[in-house]
Amino acid sequence: MQKLVVIGAGMATGRMLEHLRDTDPGAYEITLFNAEPRGNYNRIMLSPVLSGEKSFAEIVTHDEGWYADNAITCRFGEKVLSVDTERKVVTGEQGEVAYDKLVFGTGSSAFIIPVPGHDLPGVVAFRDLEDTTAMTEAAGKPGARAVVIGGGLLGLEAAAALRLRGMEVTVLHIASHLMERQLDPAAGYLLKKDLEKRGIEVLLEASTKEIVGNGRAEQVNLADGTELPCDIVVMAVGIRPAVTLAQEAGVACGRAIKVDAQMRTETPDVFAVGECVEFEGNLFGLVAPLYDQAKVLAKTLLGEDTSFAMRELSTKLKVTGCDLFSAGDFAEGEGREDIVFRDPARGIYKRLVIEDERLIGAVMYGDTADGNWFFGLIKDGTDISEMRETLIFGPAYQGGSSVDPLSAVAALPPDAEICGCNGVCKGDIVAAIEGGATDLGAVRAITKASNSCGTCTGLVEQVLSVTLGDDFVLPTAQPVCGCTDLTHEDVRRLIKAQELKSQEAVWQELGWKTRNGCHVCRPAVNFYLLADWPLDYRDDPQSRFVNERNHANIQKDGTYSVMPRMWGGMTTPEELIAIARAAEKYGATVKVTGGQRIDLLGIRKEDLPAIWHDLNEAGMVSGHAYTKGLRTVKTCVGSDWCRFGTQDSTGLGIKLEKKLWGSWTPHKVKLGVSGCPRNCAEATCKDVGIICVDSGYQIGVGGAAGMDVKEVERLVDVKTEAEAIEWTTAFVQLYREHAKYLDRPYKWVAKVGLDWVKEVLSDAAERTALVERFDVSQSVYQKDPWAERAEPEAARRFQPLADLTAQAAE
Amino acid sequence: MSWIDIGHIEDVPLRGARLVKTAVGCVAVFRTDETEVFAASNTCPHKQGPLSEGIVHGHKVTCPLHNWVFDLNTGEAQGADEGRIATYPVRLEDGRILLDGDSVAKRSAA
Repeated sequence: MQKLVVIGAGMATGRMLEHLRDTDPGAYEITLFNAEPRGNYNRIMLSPVLSGEKSFAEIVTHDEGWYADNAITCRFGEKVLSVDTERKVVTGEQGEVAYDKLVFGTGSSAFIIPVPGHDLPGVVAFRDLEDTTAMTEAAGKPGARAVVIGGGLLGLEAAAALRLRGMEVTVLHIASHLMERQLDPAAGYLLKKDLEKRGIEVLLEASTKEIVGNGRAEQVNLADGTELPCDIVVMAVGIRPAVTLAQEAGVACGRAIKVDAQMRTETPDVFAVGECVEFEGNLFGLVAPLYDQAKVLAKTLLGEDTSFAMRELSTKLKVTGCDLFSAGDFAEGEGREDIVFRDPARGIYKRLVIEDERLIGAVMYGDTADGNWFFGLIKDGTDISEMRETLIFGPAYQGGSSVDPLSAVAALPPDAEICGCNGVCKGDIVAAIEGGATDLGAVRAITKASNSCGTCTGLVEQVLSVTLGDDFVLPTAQPVCGCTDLTHEDVRRLIKAQELKSQEAVWQELGWKTRNGCHVCRPAVNFYLLADWPLDYRDDPQSRFVNERNHANIQKDGTYSVMPRMWGGMTTPEELIAIARAAEKYGATVKVTGGQRIDLLGIRKEDLPAIWHDLNEAGMVSGHAYTKGLRTVKTCVGSDWCRFGTQDSTGLGIKLEKKLWGSWTPHKVKLGVSGCPRNCAEATCKDVGIICVDSGYQIGVGGAAGMDVKEVERLVDVKTEAEAIEWTTAFVQLYREHAKYLDRPYKWVAKVGLDWVKEVLSDAAERTALVERFDVSQSVYQKDPWAERAEPEAARRFQPLADLTAQAAE
Repeated sequence: MSWIDIGHIEDVPLRGARLVKTAVGCVAVFRTDETEVFAASNTCPHKQGPLSEGIVHGHKVTCPLHNWVFDLNTGEAQGADEGRIATYPVRLEDGRILLDGDSVAKRSAA
């Protein structure tokens, strides 16, 4: 009888031995080595063992009896030291064994990130029973904390299991969404939300700096300074094929042991199977192809003709309650189309990717019942042109349907705040409706909802509609764009009420019809998010118009204009010299603007970082002449020089500009401060215009001098400069928090009414709170964007990615 | 086709674009998703706006000058606008962006 030696008792070799014994039990005399002191078990079921849902005994696939019945010599707990392919012997710790055929099933080992402290006790992988046991023990301590590094399949299963055992769990993930290989950002967002719901903290874009502790892992420190105390660290960042033994034996390896479609290595009579193989450049981590390989290898060993082929794979996460499915290819390539379906009320997201009338990829979250049907379409390459319209609804559905535009409102819990001004929750409104209020006026009268600034009117109407059904006819309001049925006001209120803090959250929870918005809605949503959640949301340059992304104004010929800030319209000879030098150096046309500054026109994009650097050197910063943000504060010379000046208008203008610069607003904001009612600074047609008088300061708001011309309306008269600054800041913040994107203050004031603005701002506590919120936002956004982008790393992005003109001419 | 390595995927911002100078003029390389790129002419047929500076959404880009929208799969202008931009074969390999050198050298060869 021929001698077969198998190194490694994993899932692939276990399955291979089964096939071998089932087909021809007498073909080989078998010796099975395993470094772990046990036989084959179902490694992918370690998650339920870790969570306590299963015992180890339940996941053993081959027990002692099986090996005995099949006459397999087991050398468990014994490492193989070397393989001699010339003499055809394997040397273990207990001695040699000869083979006629040899199978490498050495599997893989966990990849451990080589950060300082990675070798401390208490840092474990999640590969075998020893790791599982170590984690279970750590979970035994009351209030124990675990940090899981890696937000992929394995890491999340470990995190969920440890949480089930009662640990406080934090998951660190380096990418911007969880399971980025299997999921798209939308599904990743829903998964994160579900995990957070069950008490797991998830930190994205988290880079581990070190693991520290006295003799064992006690704390993980991140690159951004975050410190996470812990009792155990689980590294689940990936696996590496274990191929050292094969390499030392001279078996040809690439990233793993190279095999052909019959699972043969390049060395005669030596085979390999499982996670340790490389086939046509592919490595394997999921179980389905490993079982295919096991079958092929068994047949090869029995002299049957067969070959292994790659096939499409699908992924499911084994975490109870997190229902996700992904299959095929849903990212790369040209010529593809998406079908997206979202149902915020039920937390469902589905995306299908279609190419050449075939389904090539699918991602689903929340409802994966049709997953296998879609997977079948992908595998079979079915022509889907006939069912395209209804495809996303699955096999049971014919005829098409549309998402209920009210589902976002229907999904709100009763305690969600609808009217921010009067603190009215959805439950209050529903109660009023059930109590007999069947129209907007009645709801307003009873609850005061939408009775103040009015921006929540649309939402109140939708609550009416959801509650009353067909008895209420919804007035049609103008939606933001084709991506949604909601109005700007609805979106703003829902971002606040549902605490939506990311674009993905908005797309999903508000049922966006597109993958990531369009050029109309995305800049608006980006602004709403950063205005409402300055500390949680990070500004997305890719959701901004070119000027705000490049921090200069694009001109019709594709060049840019550059305008440094001149505080309150004041400058110095040194600044003027620097501006003149820069104009000469970069070939600029020089224009004096209406906002009391100097514009340099005709700058090439490639030169922007350099001219910014030069202007920065002279102490100047960006004038934000390109933003929906604070532009200029125009002043007159005031009491410093003018014989009519009543107050220091220049000084106040400079103070206001220093306070407000860098802030993002719904549209541009221009201020003016005049030193006397002669109004040389033309303050009375600004968004905020201040007229200095003997008795103090008259603050007017809502002026315009563009397509519309309009004089400011008086907001308040105050006595001191400090009060003028406080009222102005509070007004700007109120505008930032409530206005529709691209409404100038005069349009917004007209909508909400100056009386309401006055009422809010006349409350001293409210003013203080508004100024405080403004200051919080400024702590993030009051930075010179030019200085940041003049740095070499950022400046590189202003150059072409490549220049092929020389190459192409060859 | 002759594939030319023009840079790494991370050099192009997600939902953004970068410019490549070629013999047929400026080509914009768009990154519509983590690992999804398109290449097309940088020049809007309307008023020659630089499309690499537009907002990228789904598989589309909006011209920064007058909001014409183009589908990056076909190059066709969307909605009521009529026009088309040239598209070029591009692919990703191990994170490197490869542009078809033949297609961007065509005009000079002719």
